[in-house]
Amino acid sequence: MQLIKPNTNIDFVGKRKLAFFVSIALILIGIVSLIVKGGPNYGIDFAGGTLVQVKFTEPTDAATIKGALKDLDLGNPVVQSFGEDQNEFLIRVERTTGELQGLSAQIQSTLEKTFKKGQVDIRRVEMVGPQVGKDLRSKGLKAIFYAMLGILVYVSWRFEFRFAVGAIVALMHDVIITLGAFSVFNKEIDLPIIAAFLAIIGYSLNDTIIVYDRIRENLGKHNKEDFSFIVNRSVNETLSRTLLTSGTTLLVILALFILGGGVIHNFAFAMLVGVVIGTYSSIFVASPILILWQKKSKVRTS
Amino acid sequence: MSKSLKFRSVLVLLCLLLSVFAIAPTLLRNSLPQWWLDAFDPIHLGLDLQGGMHLVLGVDVDKAVESRVDTIIDQVEAQLREKDIVFKRVERRQGDRLVVVVYDKAEGAKVDALMADEFPSMEGETFTDSGGYIEKNYRLSDNEIENIKDYAVRQALETLRNRVDQFGVSEPTLQRQSDNRILIQLPGVEDPERAISLLGKTARLEFKIVDENANIQDALAGKLPPGTQLLYERNVNRKTGAESETPLVVKDKTVLTGDLLADANVRIDTRFNEPYVAIEFNSVGAKRFDQITAANVGKRMAIVLDDTVYSAPVIRERISGGSAQISGAFTSQEATDLAIVLRAGSLPAPVKILENRTVGPSLGQDSIDRGIRSIWVGAVLVILAMIIYYQMSGVVAVIALSLNLVFIAAMLAMFGATLTLPGLAGIVLTIGMAVDANVLIFERVREEIRLGRAPKLALDSGYSKAFLTIIDANLTTLLAALVLFQFGTGPVRGFAVTLSIGIIASLFTAIFVSRLIFDFYLKGRDIKRLSI
Repeated sequence: MQLIKPNTNIDFVGKRKLAFFVSIALILIGIVSLIVKGGPNYGIDFAGGTLVQVKFTEPTDAATIKGALKDLDLGNPVVQSFGEDQNEFLIRVERTTGELQGLSAQIQSTLEKTFKKGQVDIRRVEMVGPQVGKDLRSKGLKAIFYAMLGILVYVSWRFEFRFAVGAIVALMHDVIITLGAFSVFNKEIDLPIIAAFLAIIGYSLNDTIIVYDRIRENLGKHNKEDFSFIVNRSVNETLSRTLLTSGTTLLVILALFILGGGVIHNFAFAMLVGVVIGTYSSIFVASPILILWQKKSKVRTS
Repeated sequence: MSKSLKFRSVLVLLCLLLSVFAIAPTLLRNSLPQWWLDAFDPIHLGLDLQGGMHLVLGVDVDKAVESRVDTIIDQVEAQLREKDIVFKRVERRQGDRLVVVVYDKAEGAKVDALMADEFPSMEGETFTDSGGYIEKNYRLSDNEIENIKDYAVRQALETLRNRVDQFGVSEPTLQRQSDNRILIQLPGVEDPERAISLLGKTARLEFKIVDENANIQDALAGKLPPGTQLLYERNVNRKTGAESETPLVVKDKTVLTGDLLADANVRIDTRFNEPYVAIEFNSVGAKRFDQITAANVGKRMAIVLDDTVYSAPVIRERISGGSAQISGAFTSQEATDLAIVLRAGSLPAPVKILENRTVGPSLGQDSIDRGIRSIWVGAVLVILAMIIYYQMSGVVAVIALSLNLVFIAAMLAMFGATLTLPGLAGIVLTIGMAVDANVLIFERVREEIRLGRAPKLALDSGYSKAFLTIIDANLTTLLAALVLFQFGTGPVRGFAVTLSIGIIASLFTAIFVSRLIFDFYLKGRDIKRLSI
């Protein structure tokens, strides 16, 4: 079976203006959303706070739980349903406590007053103090920064500096759009999401490098042709591989997204957005950037 | 069979055999002989998968510095009196500073001399003249402060380890993290609240004499006689279990501390059929206890744990022999935990919980089940896609993929890596990306075939042309994974581990193993058309 016929030659490079508009629009939507919502929506890993996952033996709703918790002085707790069933909820509080009488114990005993004993099962408690949250955040940013730096060095060494620039621009493009998607869909960024971002970086780069590799090979083969022609040809030649690998990767991520359960849901969402954007960017962003760079340096030399 | 083919087959078989050996303890823990279980550990599951507690405790090291200064103040006062130096008072300021107030310069000089001789860790600072008095300022040296802080954390780690050991958790982890943080992981803990209260107690046991002359009402209003303090006694109603507090004025001076304990055990009081904690002093403690009780017959002695009075019995007679008891209407669990913390010793400074992640065992099992199900479904989908797209060659890729999963599991077991929920996600992701190398190779082979090359030649040049691309593409992902491992924490590290292992395994299977299968297929045959 073949998805892409040999000698297919879609004019990707010719559509780069349109692609730039699309990219810039996506980035702007994300940035506007981030500004309107006052920055990224950090989960408790980074913002600090307490999260309690509770499972009830019988279905209930968020309002009832909120009512039951009224007596506890929790500020403004966020209660949201979790998973498919109507009996599992996340309770999120901004407060943290270093005290011995943990918030979770208070929440459990308070809930037991309304829902009776034995009906309330505390399945997960996460409490992150503000200082730890700050540390984790700086560690996460550092990880992304160093990953990009390492990639810049490696790609410059294996290819040329201009390739590295294209790769890094594509990566930032992907990460910013994914971050924007998180903001638009009101999803929280926590520790595993940093892992997902780095996986996106790895994946998108994987894609980009394979196209670059082909460009380098074709540069040697057709050195009389126009640079943008070579780029376009290389994108086409690797297109069936790009689509197939992205397809299989998307299949498994979809499986994770649908079947993986609540705890991993946001992680799978980040990967889902990242793989789609990463595939798009290696075709429409990373390669056209090379052409742009080429033209600029030509202007400079002439 | 050609030499190279033989060699490669043996290598792959050996890897496979080793992997099967390594995975077996994870899958069939109960039916394997002991030597096998000794040789290979089952795959470690992270706390998010097996349930348990992850705690980060912060040691309040500034308190340790303060209490050191307090001790020095006691010693300074004693020395000043001994040497007949006239002084107004000695007090602590701003945590690490000590002030001696004297009446004139001559006495001040004597204080300086004394401090330089006896307390070299205190650095003299300026003196200030305030309303006729002279305040001599001293400050702990930076070096000494560092030492006290470092010692406090090390001591705290030791004490916590003792407590955890006595609490009975299998495979706990206790680590010092950064300056003043201690990471504690307790897999499979069933009563997280109890664990927290056990670990969080400072457990500073003190004996203080009750000041019977003080007026409680005045004390509550904030007017305490000099040298005394207000504490509360915890009372539990034996019938209802309700707790109440009674104010009690005690002398500031601690006559005896828990440092001098030799042992603490739970016993049952036969009168009320109620547990109490019997404590045993060491020889120094016993001697001092004997002196104190002799000197204070008829008075009440408060037994104070972390600033709460547990009981304040009247000393009826001199107690020699070095044993005492702490009663206070405990439940048997409270008594047990109290005995544990007393035996393990007190923390040199209070600790605070900075981070707490607790996952119940049922949620952990849920996560494993869901993770494994996603792996299966994802794998089946990928297998179908590959076979539909590449036919027989797709089957080769699928075999490589299956081996890949086996190798990943084996490496997880052999390296003693911890499998976490994001780690499971990493495996799922690897499945999607693992076929990438084969896809690259197959696309190249297809190109070569279109150019009219024979199957064997097409395979040869397809593999060699794709090789560098594959290495470049995967090394960069590996780079990202390694950075993730370096800077990540907890679950994120788990993801980095499986991603790295997955990349290495998929390089091996996609390039080496799949090639071997093709070589076997082509050996001695004249294949005209490759199913690809």
